[in-house]
Amino acid sequence: MSTPTRTGTSVSMTVNGEQVDRHVDPRRTLSDFLRRDCGATGVHLGCEHGVCGACTVLLDGRTARSCCTLAVQAQGADITTVEGMADGAELHPLQEAFWKHHGLQCGFCTPGILLTVQELLADNPDPSDEEIREGISGNICRCTGYQFIVDAVRDAAAVLRGEKATEAE
Amino acid sequence: MKPAPFGHVRASTLDQAVETLVAEDGDAKVLAGGQSLVPLLAMRLAQPTTLVDLGGLRELDYIRDEGDHVEIGAMTRSRAVETSPLVATALPLLPAALRHVGHVTIRNRGTLGGSVAHADPAAEAPSVLRALDAEIIATGPGGRRTIAAADFFQGFLFSALEPDEILTAIRIPRQPAGTVVAVEEFARRHGDFALVAVLGAARLDPSGEIAEVRLSVAGAANTPLRADAAERLLTGQAPTPDVIAAAATAVAEATDPAADIHAPAEYRRHLAAVLTRRCLHRLFAHAERSAAA
Repeated sequence: MSTPTRTGTSVSMTVNGEQVDRHVDPRRTLSDFLRRDCGATGVHLGCEHGVCGACTVLLDGRTARSCCTLAVQAQGADITTVEGMADGAELHPLQEAFWKHHGLQCGFCTPGILLTVQELLADNPDPSDEEIREGISGNICRCTGYQFIVDAVRDAAAVLRGEKATEAE
Repeated sequence: MKPAPFGHVRASTLDQAVETLVAEDGDAKVLAGGQSLVPLLAMRLAQPTTLVDLGGLRELDYIRDEGDHVEIGAMTRSRAVETSPLVATALPLLPAALRHVGHVTIRNRGTLGGSVAHADPAAEAPSVLRALDAEIIATGPGGRRTIAAADFFQGFLFSALEPDEILTAIRIPRQPAGTVVAVEEFARRHGDFALVAVLGAARLDPSGEIAEVRLSVAGAANTPLRADAAERLLTGQAPTPDVIAAAATAVAEATDPAADIHAPAEYRRHLAAVLTRRCLHRLFAHAERSAAA
């Protein structure tokens, strides 16, 4: 058998397209790893026990709560944070729609909501308002009252389906 | 909210995982998806010396048709179980219940084996296993053994697993064609743990009487409950409002809820009756529709 590693272990993963190889303490959560070791401070920490959704990232294309995932569990994974959504200076259509519809006020919950909605729309390109609300029910926003977020998601879904252009009204 | 230090072994074989548990002599914890364990570590409610990480054991990630059973590997993610066409056909109660587990993001990472091993009486998966007479396969230093769901859940977060055993698979009997299912859950917010949930599966015979019914309750005792007294009352009867009301009373009487900050025991008992009534009404409405079709 192998001896447990207490002092540190190497992990390798891809973060927003960049290969990352680091030595981490096993207790390092993926959220702390992304923020402190990779500089991805768009990963926000609200509750740190899997309730608020602010730390949501994509892990191999599916959403994960990075506070409820240890960095060592992401060995070999492909991670996308909100920093990986825009294409250079070009915002992702979802980001564009949140901007246009004021789908944020303080912005703390926004990175997690954007990634959650990206997965929602990949699974269901034309969700009803009820499905949108259910889709974001694991992401807590204390400012917007969610109405403008739902508007933004509905609009972004139409853009992503190719039914609507992205220009501001 | 940072975990206390612990050691980590990323198991590359099941034998290695078991050997590590044996060597750590009861102070290690098995890490599956981490959706229950990592929050417990963060809140320091769990402080194991070592985590034995099953994340690399791809051989525990499968859903297999075994004829009269479906076998699901312990590391199969809840979302994969929930969206499996085989599970939808053979075990319709399982996806119906899993849709109430947290949110998609949690189900992407959480595993069926992890949820069952965690043995939370308010969780949905353990209640499905009780309702469907599932079997749990555990692997330890002495090899494999099979444990009936009825014997597996022994108390609050307490199962029949020995400290050096790993839950490796779950076997669930295929449900007969024509089985309809309903899950009624009450939680304060969408995706929260159930205060109480009632899970049901049933079939009507051609005359409209209840040929078979299975009922279980989450959140109403220190283990998931199988409502066998209510099942006996219902079987062979036409599903009239009176019969359903009697079954709901029987379910409430079988509960032994805890009082906590979320709800008093009496409230949970009341919810068990209300949710049973709703579950049965929905179930038999489905059954009549599917019989008419």
